[in-house]
Amino acid sequence: MVNLPLFIILPFGVAFFIPMVSRKFKWVPDVLGNITTFILLLLSLMTLNQEHVYHIGGWRAPFGIVLVLDGLSCLLLVIINLISFMSSLFSIEYLEKRYTSKLRYYSLFLLMVGGMNGTVLSGDLFNLFVFMEIASIASYALVGFGCEARELEASFKYLVMGNVGSLFVLYAVALLYGKTGTLNMADVARILKDIPYDNLIAFSFVLIISGFMIKSALVPFHAWLPDAHPSAPAPISAMLSGVVIKALGVYVVIRLIFNLFGFNHIISNILVYMGITSMIIGVCLAILQWDLKRLLAYHSISQMGYVFCGIGLGTTLGILGGIFHLFNHSLFKSLLFLDSGSIEYETETRDLNKMGLLYKKMPITSFSTLVASMSISGIPPFNGFWSKFIIILASIKAGRPIVALWAVIGSILTLSSFTKVCRYSIYGKGEKFDKEKWEKLKEVPDFMSIPLIILSILCIFTGLLLIGLENGIFGPVIDVLKGGVLEYINKVLGD
Amino acid sequence: MKNNEEKGMSLIVKTVTRWLKGFIFLFGAYIVVFGHLSPGGGFPGGVVFAATFILLTLAFGREYALRKIGKILASELDSLGAILFLILASLGIYFTGIFFSNFIEKFHPSGNFKLFSAGIIPLCNISIGMKVGASLFMIFIILSVVRVIFEDGKGKLITTEKKDKK
Amino acid sequence: MIYYLCFILFLIGLYGVCCKKNVVKIILGLWIMEYSVNLFLILLGYRKNGIPPIMSKEMDVIEFYKKAVDPLPQAMVLTSIVIGLGVLALMVTVAIRLYQRYGTFDITEMKKLKG
Repeated sequence: MVNLPLFIILPFGVAFFIPMVSRKFKWVPDVLGNITTFILLLLSLMTLNQEHVYHIGGWRAPFGIVLVLDGLSCLLLVIINLISFMSSLFSIEYLEKRYTSKLRYYSLFLLMVGGMNGTVLSGDLFNLFVFMEIASIASYALVGFGCEARELEASFKYLVMGNVGSLFVLYAVALLYGKTGTLNMADVARILKDIPYDNLIAFSFVLIISGFMIKSALVPFHAWLPDAHPSAPAPISAMLSGVVIKALGVYVVIRLIFNLFGFNHIISNILVYMGITSMIIGVCLAILQWDLKRLLAYHSISQMGYVFCGIGLGTTLGILGGIFHLFNHSLFKSLLFLDSGSIEYETETRDLNKMGLLYKKMPITSFSTLVASMSISGIPPFNGFWSKFIIILASIKAGRPIVALWAVIGSILTLSSFTKVCRYSIYGKGEKFDKEKWEKLKEVPDFMSIPLIILSILCIFTGLLLIGLENGIFGPVIDVLKGGVLEYINKVLGD
Repeated sequence: MKNNEEKGMSLIVKTVTRWLKGFIFLFGAYIVVFGHLSPGGGFPGGVVFAATFILLTLAFGREYALRKIGKILASELDSLGAILFLILASLGIYFTGIFFSNFIEKFHPSGNFKLFSAGIIPLCNISIGMKVGASLFMIFIILSVVRVIFEDGKGKLITTEKKDKK
Repeated sequence: MIYYLCFILFLIGLYGVCCKKNVVKIILGLWIMEYSVNLFLILLGYRKNGIPPIMSKEMDVIEFYKKAVDPLPQAMVLTSIVIGLGVLALMVTVAIRLYQRYGTFDITEMKKLKG
């Protein structure tokens, strides 16, 4: 049995330990950062298919702080720690060339990872808020890490929007505390179940959900994302797009809706329609982009739309599709951002017009870009196909063919925009293609290509996870979400 | 000494500061150490610690305060406070198997020395005080290294030294 | 009633964030929001003629329960003040840096990011 606080102790401890020693030893941040994320990955793999409620300080559940591990948090833990290990491996060489201070980078990186682990594990509303703020503050600082004009501007935008979102959440937590007199999520759910539904609860629901939707960048709240994600260093973009919007946004929204407020028809409609809007608007804006990373950032919005669509359907198949797409999206989107980072590392540009013919010079990068593009646009053997297929199937089965139609349209538009990426950067060439510069290009260093290879292999083979559905990794997640409020209360407050 | 007099504020402020700085620091220590028995604790005490050094900075200029407590030392104290807090919390796992458990006896038997009457809470307070004091001082120093210079009717910002921490 | 006033304060802050064009004013707006939330939290635990939530041996438990103020919102406010301090420091640093790069505090002139 893994000791749950280790997920929080380890990254925070190392994050504060790195600045103490690495003024004297320059190699410390690299080694310690990678070892920590690797250990966290192993630990998170050890928690698979386990359920556990940990009482901090030995206080019983409604009074003390609890850490809850169930199927959903398990899956998110694996995603967070897998992507963070890949990103930290990638950043060894990447930071060497373009940025200076590894000490602060790794310190902030581990703070962000620890904050997200805490968010996913916490079973207490206020602690959820605190861990969310830790992860957000670290990511605000990391977005502006380069200290150039664009990065600072993006960072400030992200700061303002993110902080407004956090304040909404805090206000809603205060309202819920005033109504129920407790902060434990299961206890709040138990009390809310018994008292009649009134305007105060509805108001706090709206506040808390819109606060977390700002973090998960659904369409009415998406303005910060296309600025913040491209401006960060590439491994951080991979973390932000692959993990942060899921752990801080989607996970919390799902958890609150299914396990705290209760799922019903109206919420289902809201989620599905918001999902469709962001799916279509995100991909339409993405096609227009010429900046590679900005294009990818708009695709994040669109793919989050798929996740919300699938989960909003509320059926078993829909939830499976949504969760599976969440998992797949974290793999291929982080792979795409790492690819864009390695292209930027070599060619020193992000403009698609200036690239070209990369498949001759950078075989690994272009192959993994191809794999990830096919995966995100839903070409059959790759994982993206299966999850999109399940979402479309589920929406037809749930009697909503319109949703299926929009999902297919979104998928076709995604395919077209990634055809553009592959045509301009890898196989063809752009209008401002620079022949002399192209001659000097070479493949990225080993530490940067290893994560690319691992993630492309995962992209190809995670479609197999669907086999053995009931006992596999997604079975417990569906149990948690279908079980609804009652089962969560029994799990946390029981015995 | 003479060089010092030209910088910073007037003689009155400097003299008063010179007298008061020790007492303010002592007051911070009092708040931290008695945090578990009376209102106060790690955070307010740490703020008072930081206020001592901020007062020195205001009265004598930044260089004088930095001579008392260097930037690297402050940064290391900052990290050390956090690590001490984490170690105290994880020692609970070692002694009782539970994270954050209060593993020291709560009612210490020695009759006269009742300071440690709340288990690990005073120790936690001390580490928090260290962390908060150092980091607040760091924030103040870092925000004070840039200044605005007005030229041709337009404000221009220059950095007087390289920034150390984000 | 006083809770509605808190919410009005929150809305004033939100207005400042949304409608002002100066970076410093946006930060001030965010800060008004932050403190309105803190005020709301601390008012949740307030009780008229309450006593501090420290229990001594002579007190009766039920009497104590009826009179003492709620300590949990105070702890929450302290935590949220600390978090707010961190965000404020970061935000002011970013604002100073922005001024260094753009030479202005007007956000309508900061438009290098487009698309």
